[in-house]
Amino acid sequence: MAAVGSACLFVALLSALFAVGASLYGVRPGRRRWIDSSRRAIYALAALVLVAFGLLEAAYVTSDLSFEIVTQSSSTDTPTFYKLTGLWSTQEGSLLLWVMLLSIFSSAVLFATRRRLREIVPYATAVLGAIAAFFLTLSVFAESPFTLLAAPPAEGNGLNPLLRHPAMMIHPPMLYSGYVGFAIPFAFAVGALVTGRTGADWIRATRRFALVAWTFLGLGVMLGALWSYSELGWGGYWAWDPVENASIMPWLTGTAFLHSVMVQEKRGMLKVWNVSLIVATFVLALLGTFLVRSGILSSIHAFGASTLGPPFLAFIALVLVGSVALVLARLPVLRSEAQLDSLASREAVFVLNNLVLVGLCFVVFWGTFFPLISEAVTGTESSVGPPWFNGYVTPLALVLVLLAGIGPVVAWRRATPANLRRAFAVPTAVAAATLAALLLLTPAAESAPSLIMFTLVGFVLAVVAQELWRGTAARRTMTREPAPLALARLVARNRRRYGGYIVHAGMALLFLGVAASSAFVDQRDTRLVPGQTATVGDYAVTYRAPTARFLDDRSGTGAPVTFGAVLDVRRRDGGESFRLRPSRNYYAASEGGGPMGTFGRFFQGESTTEVDVRWGLRRDLWTAVQPDLRALIGPIREANRRFSGVPVEAQALILAAIVERYRREAPPATFRTLVSPMIAWIWIGGSVALLGALLALWPTAGARSQRVTSLYAARLGRELSRA
Amino acid sequence: MSVDPARKRKTRAVTLLTVALLLAGALVYTSFSAATEAATPSQLVASADPERSYELTGKVVDGSVRREGERLRFSVRDRGGRTAIPVAYAGVVPDPFREGREVIVKGRVAHGTLVAERDSLVTKCPSKFTEKEAARA
Repeated sequence: MAAVGSACLFVALLSALFAVGASLYGVRPGRRRWIDSSRRAIYALAALVLVAFGLLEAAYVTSDLSFEIVTQSSSTDTPTFYKLTGLWSTQEGSLLLWVMLLSIFSSAVLFATRRRLREIVPYATAVLGAIAAFFLTLSVFAESPFTLLAAPPAEGNGLNPLLRHPAMMIHPPMLYSGYVGFAIPFAFAVGALVTGRTGADWIRATRRFALVAWTFLGLGVMLGALWSYSELGWGGYWAWDPVENASIMPWLTGTAFLHSVMVQEKRGMLKVWNVSLIVATFVLALLGTFLVRSGILSSIHAFGASTLGPPFLAFIALVLVGSVALVLARLPVLRSEAQLDSLASREAVFVLNNLVLVGLCFVVFWGTFFPLISEAVTGTESSVGPPWFNGYVTPLALVLVLLAGIGPVVAWRRATPANLRRAFAVPTAVAAATLAALLLLTPAAESAPSLIMFTLVGFVLAVVAQELWRGTAARRTMTREPAPLALARLVARNRRRYGGYIVHAGMALLFLGVAASSAFVDQRDTRLVPGQTATVGDYAVTYRAPTARFLDDRSGTGAPVTFGAVLDVRRRDGGESFRLRPSRNYYAASEGGGPMGTFGRFFQGESTTEVDVRWGLRRDLWTAVQPDLRALIGPIREANRRFSGVPVEAQALILAAIVERYRREAPPATFRTLVSPMIAWIWIGGSVALLGALLALWPTAGARSQRVTSLYAARLGRELSRA
Repeated sequence: MSVDPARKRKTRAVTLLTVALLLAGALVYTSFSAATEAATPSQLVASADPERSYELTGKVVDGSVRREGERLRFSVRDRGGRTAIPVAYAGVVPDPFREGREVIVKGRVAHGTLVAERDSLVTKCPSKFTEKEAARA
């Protein structure tokens, strides 16, 4: 099997190299068939990599421990779901995932453009083939996922317990899809630059891919945040960790790109900016992939130092230098076809939005790489923390949300006072009313940034609602349809436009959650014995009783031992009351390891927090527990002394008795409790934005009707000329 | 009154550039002044400014972890040496935290102890899942 897999990767590398050669050779007139051949080589590449991927997944599912990577990141007792995800927790597997996604995206775009953009496509194919060849070279020669062990061990390491969370099944593939997806518009931008065809054609051909990449990347980032909130025991969702930052940077420039290309499509402006943005986005995506694996910045994600640093950095440098040189060489054909007429215009707002997004990206970049920068400048490594990031990001985010309300409705070219009045009278009134209500009825004034954010969120939502309302009303006067039908048809007929509005509304809701939960969270760390009560915000939390389970992990992660707590939570004003059961899973240390002997090793290995959250639209109540196992040291020592030699079945009984001892002794435990207002709106807003993006992506009947219309126009023209 | 459009564009470009430069300047200045210096245990033991905050990196000394109520006390030693500094920490202990593992913790030095900021403890991922050498051994 391993031989077949290795062969697949090797032939895939040859296909990629062939695609590069054939597409460049086929550029000359009369060699059209070489272009077709290069496209098919990319299809073959995708098929081969898929087979290799499938073989590896099969090895994981069957726990074939002769595979080195299976031994590293899986084991026979790892639950099947997590066996499947083990592949991309390894460096070899994640490289393969990257190249698999790249080959699928590449095949899709080359299939979609097989009869279009004849000048640009060969160069785009060559770029995509070269990227695939780079990754495959690493996979074949440096980090082969098909490395076999001469002496397979009896059991593997198992998947890192921290990664045993449902979101981990989709988070890495989503992020990678996002990173990889930006390779498509990048490749076409390079093609456009090489051929000098720098109109909006390359943008139109790859717009959907850019949007797909953006959507995947955004979803990946959001799932990562959700994982952090519901799996890591600290209660937050964003820590300005280098790897988080690495994933948000291409998303920010990608967001800027999605907006600025509209200006090029409509007005023929910002050509240099657009190609630069997509180059930056792709380079940042490569950097993101590299950072996760490199270990050059200290991060919870830095999975150890890797050997891939030098080739990766060289590749990133090559992409960057090559692209910049190409843009500089093509400056003459990248001239703007129009000038900015007025600052009160949609293009001006888009430019501003781009500057803010790129500024945000620069802030994140500077802060993330500051340890390296400061070491280069002052000789000592230092770092900046979340307060530094927040100090810059908060005001920029406020401006961004404001622009998200203005951009969609301000007129192109030059907005008239009448246009501005019509567009903004109602939303401004709504914002003012929101502000007044917040000041009168809530303590929101305690945090000025949050107060401004709430007001702006009201503004954006009002803009979107007004647009939907006006569109629906206009449609009803023409068609006399009932309102819901008119709304549905309105959105369905203009998916890109209304999808965009819905994304804006979703982002506004997301920022509502961010602002409320970060400014008004109540957090408490307490040590309680059963029966004691702690108060957090408006809630009283009583530690009712400890729980202890052996071989009965309810979250399906395969942990043998779970200790937890039953908490009775009551609103202090006599409102709702409910129960929460946070716990902690313990995974055994490897056999013979640890100073605690046969029985102690079950409590000495990895352990992971299993958070319990009462989700709510108004607030979440989040709890985590850290049990104190000192009470078990005595019983463990005694068991080690008396029962070390007994058969495995008997050991299990003794372990069960030790675990039960925790429940009976009920030692104190440390709890972290958070009352986070409106934090659920982050996930709700993110989902709304996702929905909007999907709506904008959905294939429209527009393409077909356009064809029909043009046929009709041609016939009409013929008949008119005859008349 | 009409302004020459070329001149107007120039004014805009200059304004924009000035704003961008000012922001970049602020960014550079604040990052250097707000930054926390990275330090090893031996550096802090040798000399530490009590007014400054440091980011300590090193390994948790075996047998040094103790819990005192809500506080966690442990010592951190140099990666490749034995010089160690005691740490007093409060807040969330990351799941992978364990004796012998590499940690990063931020705080100020008082009476020879690093008094850590709440929740500033980061534990690097355990080597079991990263280093191939461990898997091969």
